[in-house]
Amino acid sequence: MAIGANWNGARGFTATSGPGISLMSEFLGLAYFAEIPLVVFNVQRGGPSTGMPTRTQQSDVLACAYASHGDTKHVLLFPADPKDCFDFSAKAFDLADQLQTPVFVVSDLDMGMNDWVCEKFEWDDTVSYNKGKVLDYEALEKIESFGRYLDSDNDGICYRTYPGTHPEKGAYFTRGTSHDEYARYTEDGNINAQTLTRLMRKFRTATDLVPEPIIEINGEDSCGVIYYGSSKPAVLEAKDILKTKNINLDLMQIRSFPFNLDVWEFIANHDRIYVVEQNRDSQMRTLIMAEGGISAEILRPLVHFTGDPIEASYIVNKISEREVNYKSHKNIKER
Amino acid sequence: MSFKKPINHHPRLEVNQLGLTRRDYEGAISTLCAGCGHDSISACIIEACFQLNIEAYKVAKLSGIGCSSKAPAYFLNQSHGFNSVHGRMPSVATGANCANGDLLYLGISGDGDSASIGIGQFIHAIRRQINMVYFVENNGTYGLTKGQFSATNDLESKNKYGEDNLFKPIDLASMAIQLGASYVARSFSGDRDQLIPLIKGAIQHKGFALLDIISPCVTFNNHDTSTKSYDYIRNHNEAVGKTDFVPLGEEITTSYASGSSVEVNLHDGSKISLEKVNSKFDPTDQGKSLSYIREKSEEGKLLTGLLYFDENSNDLHETLNLTKKPLNQLTQQELCPGEEILKEINKGLS
Ligand SMILES: Cc1ncc(C[n+]2csc(CCOP(=O)(O)OP(=O)(O)O)c2C)c(N)n1
Ligand code: SF4
Ligand SMILES: [Mg+2]
Repeated sequence: MAIGANWNGARGFTATSGPGISLMSEFLGLAYFAEIPLVVFNVQRGGPSTGMPTRTQQSDVLACAYASHGDTKHVLLFPADPKDCFDFSAKAFDLADQLQTPVFVVSDLDMGMNDWVCEKFEWDDTVSYNKGKVLDYEALEKIESFGRYLDSDNDGICYRTYPGTHPEKGAYFTRGTSHDEYARYTEDGNINAQTLTRLMRKFRTATDLVPEPIIEINGEDSCGVIYYGSSKPAVLEAKDILKTKNINLDLMQIRSFPFNLDVWEFIANHDRIYVVEQNRDSQMRTLIMAEGGISAEILRPLVHFTGDPIEASYIVNKISEREVNYKSHKNIKER
Repeated sequence: MSFKKPINHHPRLEVNQLGLTRRDYEGAISTLCAGCGHDSISACIIEACFQLNIEAYKVAKLSGIGCSSKAPAYFLNQSHGFNSVHGRMPSVATGANCANGDLLYLGISGDGDSASIGIGQFIHAIRRQINMVYFVENNGTYGLTKGQFSATNDLESKNKYGEDNLFKPIDLASMAIQLGASYVARSFSGDRDQLIPLIKGAIQHKGFALLDIISPCVTFNNHDTSTKSYDYIRNHNEAVGKTDFVPLGEEITTSYASGSSVEVNLHDGSKISLEKVNSKFDPTDQGKSLSYIREKSEEGKLLTGLLYFDENSNDLHETLNLTKKPLNQLTQQELCPGEEILKEINKGLS
């Protein structure tokens, strides 16, 4: 439904606590390939399957990032408190329209159902919605021929039209089958490969539009910590406690996928990074490794998946244990 | 590949009130098998739109997946089309329709698309009374995937490979009547005289209009044991009446013996007139329609024509009291409550 509404130029969204991602994956692939804007809110619950529907986890990261069969990649936003949820929701609609693709706001049940203290929500009345590249009647009048999937700006994003705009120009056939620049069905493998390559170009364009990470550097001999979403308060508290034990943490809060340059720089500047997440398989770590070719040794899983929100003491224990090990190891090596 | 047809108008081609010829309503050249019923239906859609002076750019063509669902590419080139996923065109149509009620929605589906994988979606589109014309191009088989039985195939009918179908068919028309569809008709792709008026009536109707059209698959399901073959339909079709469509303001030119014809008023004031062959039959009575379809089906006959009609139903826009203006034309001022309202909300939270 949301896809039909967006196809018609409305801003439509849908929401799930996980199972909807699995159920609707085919549609997500269609929206990706046919380039229809869409916003999906996923307030992650404990999975897999029906799992723990009243508990929290961050275990849909990979399912969202690569939802659907075929080569697909989706834009994800990771809010870390209710204020972020509010801001990222508005942002998500702009991004979806700008990029003509599904955008996921990946929250979790801890944020979705528990009471949180956060900053006041604010709205800037002077900012206008970004509806992206849409040709209206006047614009269509000026052009010779309309090609729905022509990358005229070389950023991977093409111009679209809403149904009912112009009597003679701008009609096209939206399809999930392979198509050429004029939205015509094609079985020419090279043309399809060009489309897939252009979609990657679009994904790179997204890198500059999505929220950058929040980075906090705390001195020379620090180890890195990557976190996202509702783990934030626990991580910040753990940082303060660990400082009293002479363990300094450099922090990076990931706020979006695709990852931008700052993410790779932070990783490059650390020899060991704990990736704090609330799932079993360290999914964000897998995503970073897969997308950036980062070695498994550098990124160390720090996972919690009981369904209760992660606590600072848990992080403190895990990091101090491993840092002691790391330091004694290092001493042995240096000796 | 679909090819664009060359456009060169014959000077004497008939034009409609918009100054358009039938060719202006055509689409790309069909890639379906020669003789496929689906192509005949496309031709009837073209004719109906031509006759009704439809502005093609105000039409949205939506479909699922299947040979039938490919058909929207083969008519109305100036309309936006949307070939979605298998069985789930109804949800796309629902969202599109809610966003913009000004367009004419033509949904094209197959029996596999609507009666198998998509039956849940089909049911809810009817229940919600989406204002659309929903075509089921019904051939009793999965044509595109080479002839598996669909859920409308007949019990004990054989497929191309000689296997028997072990299940009873679903009758989509009866089901739609039960679910409250406000315009339900059945026809045959090869019967232009009946089909074109029924399509025109469906287009003028406000609410969910189902056209269950038997559309033989010449490649996989056009043999003796199939009730969806050309020969079977020609021999066993029992029409509930001669259908004629009378546009608003035009006089009824055909004359029926009084008492033998029934006129159905459409939402916009135009009329569908049916010649009643069976005096028992009243297409505005759900119960009677259902039992008549059943009775004929037990005789091995397929009842065609306008089977059920309710002129007073509400469509989804009315039920939900949706804004008249298409959502894509609403301004930010109309859509966004703004900072002042947010401050009020914040007060409630602190
Ligand atoms: C989820 C999914 N399952 C299966 C298919 C394969 N498939 C494509 S068309 C089709 C059946 C089409 O039958 P019908 O809707 O009757 O159309 P026809 O080709 O007979 O006109 C199937 C099973 C698919 N596309 N998607
Ligand atoms: S396979 Fe059957 S349904 Fe498909 S195009 Fe051929 S005749 Fe038509
Ligand atoms: Mg079929």
